Amino acid sequence: KMASGQQWVLVEMVQAFYEAPAYHLILEGILILWIVRLLFSKTYKLQERSDLTDKEKEELIEEWQPEPLVPQVSKDHPSLKYDVVSGPPSHKIIVNGKECINFASFNFLGLLDNERVKVCALASLQKYGVGTCGPRGFYGTFDVHLELEERLAKFMRTEEAIIYSYGFATIASAIPAYSKRGDIVFVDEAACFSIQKGLQASRSVIKYFKHNDMEDLERLLKEQEVEDQKNPRKARVTRRFIVVEGLYINTADVCPLPELVNLKYKYKVRIFLEESMSFGVLGEHGRGVTEHFDVNIDDIDLISANMENAVASIGGFCCGRSFVIDHQRLSGQGYCFSASLPPMLAAAAIEALNIMENDPDIFTILREKCRHVHKSLQGIPGLKVVGEPFAPALHLQLERSSGSRETDMKMLPQHLLVCFQCLDRQIAVTQARYLDKEEKFLPSPSIRVVVTIEQTEVEIEKAANCIREAALAILK
Amino acid sequence: IASSLPVSLPLVYPTACNGGLYSRPFHESFEETPMLVAVLTYMGYGILTIFGYLRDFLRAWKIERCHIAREREEQKDFVPLYQDFENFYTRNLYMRIRDSWNRPICSVPGAKLDLAERVSHDYNWTFEYTGRAVKDVINMGSYNYLGFAENSGACAEAAANVTLKYGVGVCSTRQEIGNLDRHEELEKLVAKFLGVESAMAFGMGFATNSMNIPALTGKGCLILSDELNHASLVLGARLSGSSIRIFKHNNMQSLEKLLGDAIVNGQPRTHRPWKKILIVVEGIYSMEGSIVRLPEVIALKKKYKAFLYLDEAHSIGALGTSGRGVVDYFGLDPRDVDIMMGTFTKSFGAAGGYIGGKKELIDYLRTHSHSAVYATSISPPVAEQIITSMKCIMGEDGTTLGCERIRQLAENTIYFRRRLQEMGFIIYGNSDSPVVPMMLYMPAKIGAFGREMLKRNIGVVVVGFPATPIIESRARFCVSAAHTKEMLDVALGVIGEVGDLLQLRYSRPSLDRPFDETTYEESEH
Repeated sequence: KMASGQQWVLVEMVQAFYEAPAYHLILEGILILWIVRLLFSKTYKLQERSDLTDKEKEELIEEWQPEPLVPQVSKDHPSLKYDVVSGPPSHKIIVNGKECINFASFNFLGLLDNERVKVCALASLQKYGVGTCGPRGFYGTFDVHLELEERLAKFMRTEEAIIYSYGFATIASAIPAYSKRGDIVFVDEAACFSIQKGLQASRSVIKYFKHNDMEDLERLLKEQEVEDQKNPRKARVTRRFIVVEGLYINTADVCPLPELVNLKYKYKVRIFLEESMSFGVLGEHGRGVTEHFDVNIDDIDLISANMENAVASIGGFCCGRSFVIDHQRLSGQGYCFSASLPPMLAAAAIEALNIMENDPDIFTILREKCRHVHKSLQGIPGLKVVGEPFAPALHLQLERSSGSRETDMKMLPQHLLVCFQCLDRQIAVTQARYLDKEEKFLPSPSIRVVVTIEQTEVEIEKAANCIREAALAILK
Repeated sequence: IASSLPVSLPLVYPTACNGGLYSRPFHESFEETPMLVAVLTYMGYGILTIFGYLRDFLRAWKIERCHIAREREEQKDFVPLYQDFENFYTRNLYMRIRDSWNRPICSVPGAKLDLAERVSHDYNWTFEYTGRAVKDVINMGSYNYLGFAENSGACAEAAANVTLKYGVGVCSTRQEIGNLDRHEELEKLVAKFLGVESAMAFGMGFATNSMNIPALTGKGCLILSDELNHASLVLGARLSGSSIRIFKHNNMQSLEKLLGDAIVNGQPRTHRPWKKILIVVEGIYSMEGSIVRLPEVIALKKKYKAFLYLDEAHSIGALGTSGRGVVDYFGLDPRDVDIMMGTFTKSFGAAGGYIGGKKELIDYLRTHSHSAVYATSISPPVAEQIITSMKCIMGEDGTTLGCERIRQLAENTIYFRRRLQEMGFIIYGNSDSPVVPMMLYMPAKIGAFGREMLKRNIGVVVVGFPATPIIESRARFCVSAAHTKEMLDVALGVIGEVGDLLQLRYSRPSLDRPFDETTYEESEH
């Protein structure tokens, strides 16, 4: 029975062979011949210089000359010699041996020199020592860290907070934890360097919109929507984020947060807010730009700030809902792979928070001083004040920017000369420093003037006069 | 020699003494995973995965209560922030043994510490603190190699004085107005300690790598990085934009092949010559406990004219007769290493990182490092702690405390490793490295080991996937100079007890292998 079955199949095959059209047979034949050829041909070798003999390879190795490890830095490079501060960088600061009034440290609330903070840090030192000797996962979590995280979450009225041991690493680790290759991030052009590094590490698609220009951002979002229609499957898994700063460190103005929140719900993008300059400055209780604009804090997906400005400690934190923040405990690189914050610095931050909570008047006083300084610096010949009246870190840029970066850069030594002369007259101001070749959108050269709560009216007047005279003398 | 050493230690002395480059014996061992154990481990993970899917199913159908945090109602129609499968491992495997990590402490992280007691009533989803502390837990987990994590003594006093004088914050960057006299003193001292021309200090060890490697290399350069390099080195290499090639862990043949190929073939596709080649290695690899083969690396570097970046995060202070790190350990010249990087967190009991090298290099970093321009400088009391502890190690404070601690650490290391090996556990790494990884393999044993040790008052660190390959989970002990012999004996006794309970004595008497496979490779022709 089997034999006859097989025979029948054979007959069918031969019949099919006869009935098939000619082109079909020819095609099959060519295909079979091609396979045979491939089977017997030599293996394809990738373009390797395997035709070089060992002797030739050795010669190439001998001949190769690398560039020097680092290019030579000229002796009069403006950033080579640092100003040396002897003693604490407090209100009366000793720069290069001369006592000056401090208009350059980001010590907005004057907490750097506060006795209570120092005493708390000391108590913590006597209990825990200095270092933590481990990352958070391996016996580097101290009860002080947990307390600080709770206090920060309570202060900002969010569910959870997470601390980092270095301010720069905070937003630079937070962004790549959420935004991966293929996701889209819309960033303001004036974003600070740590945001840029975070974006670079995330490998996402970056789209810059003009500084504080909501129409430009909306245009980009609309374009993205059109793209999404073309490929809805991809769009359903592409995450989108907007990264903005509360108070920009480069331009000292605020982001339009209510409009951003509207755009968020309209186009379904998440907002990451960087509040290093506005935490402890804006808002009735110092909670930052969300309090300033009276926006519901849950509308912002992630708030990141460093504790190195108003809080006068070291480190940084992110706060938000547990759904968002908890993810960083396993995927924030600066959190998992780095030693935790020394407990005495965390204790200092807790005490600073205590002071901020007990005495919310300091924020109003600070903003008053900012307005005062902003007004006093108006009308300096050759320099214009850049920044909001309530921003504590202002920039003094050239009044008439030539429009070209090169010509402005030639004015650079003059900015430095203005600073030097001010230092001579015992007012400490610095030039705002940037890495020229690394910044995406290099800000114009400027002098940084920082307002702190410890400055008196007399001192502010003196500083304004000093800068005015220096500018008159140098920028004629 | 072969008869006097324990049988289970494969002897690598002949191969490692490569033309007399090594002035001392170099013993490393990475015993192979026993076949049965590997099979059982894979089975264990398989079972866990199946249960994971089951639990996810139950959670999705609301049969089981879900503790996972949820997205806001108003944002339910946004693109999901996390892919479900990304967190599969976290939800179903990590959560079960989460209590082995992030254990909060409430004392100095010295040789003994106090843990804050915490309990969980819902299988590790949430923790509650009872308010009590588990006292005097022997600390085998903190990186406290020379025992400088202390709250009394010369270092703490000096740091206290500086706290009262300077405060804790700096509020500015190095290039603006954050360069204090403490920093200048610190950098001079670091340069003197390392034996280099000049040094620069940064506020965070991780950031030292991720911010300075991009300043040193860029497009058109090649970075040759060890397989098991730390995340900060990998991030720094990626951010620099250079091409990266990986060579097998501590394998000099692999490195030489890559170097030769790179110079001969040039950049991919264009075949232009590379601008520079940077070899990135670590002093001690903290997950393997292995020490880099520095004499051979330096020989290769000189032959092929590459530059060497040495990350001494774990080895500075911990190796060498005078505590100067892996360069001192091998008796080499620090000027042969182009960029010496290290951290202050481990052996100095502080925080931060440094880079040392020639004056041109440091001048360049002062002007072009990302950290100098945009990041805050080191806090003054932390800088003071580093200065005091470094002076102590160098013997400049007038005592022999530094020398004694270095000697104590070396003795503790050799003793601890020898005893563990005699007890029959599989220990990875070099016989001189104070980082001692002990293999556990099976996923259940990871959690069990951590918990059983804590019950007996010893705090250990256990590591699993993704920090290690999936079947090679381990417990990692960090020996410290602050441990006395009695403490180590107690710890060893307990490890023996738990080892019997969990059947961890995997080591098989070796089949008399004269070579260790990781160092000797057949050439492929």
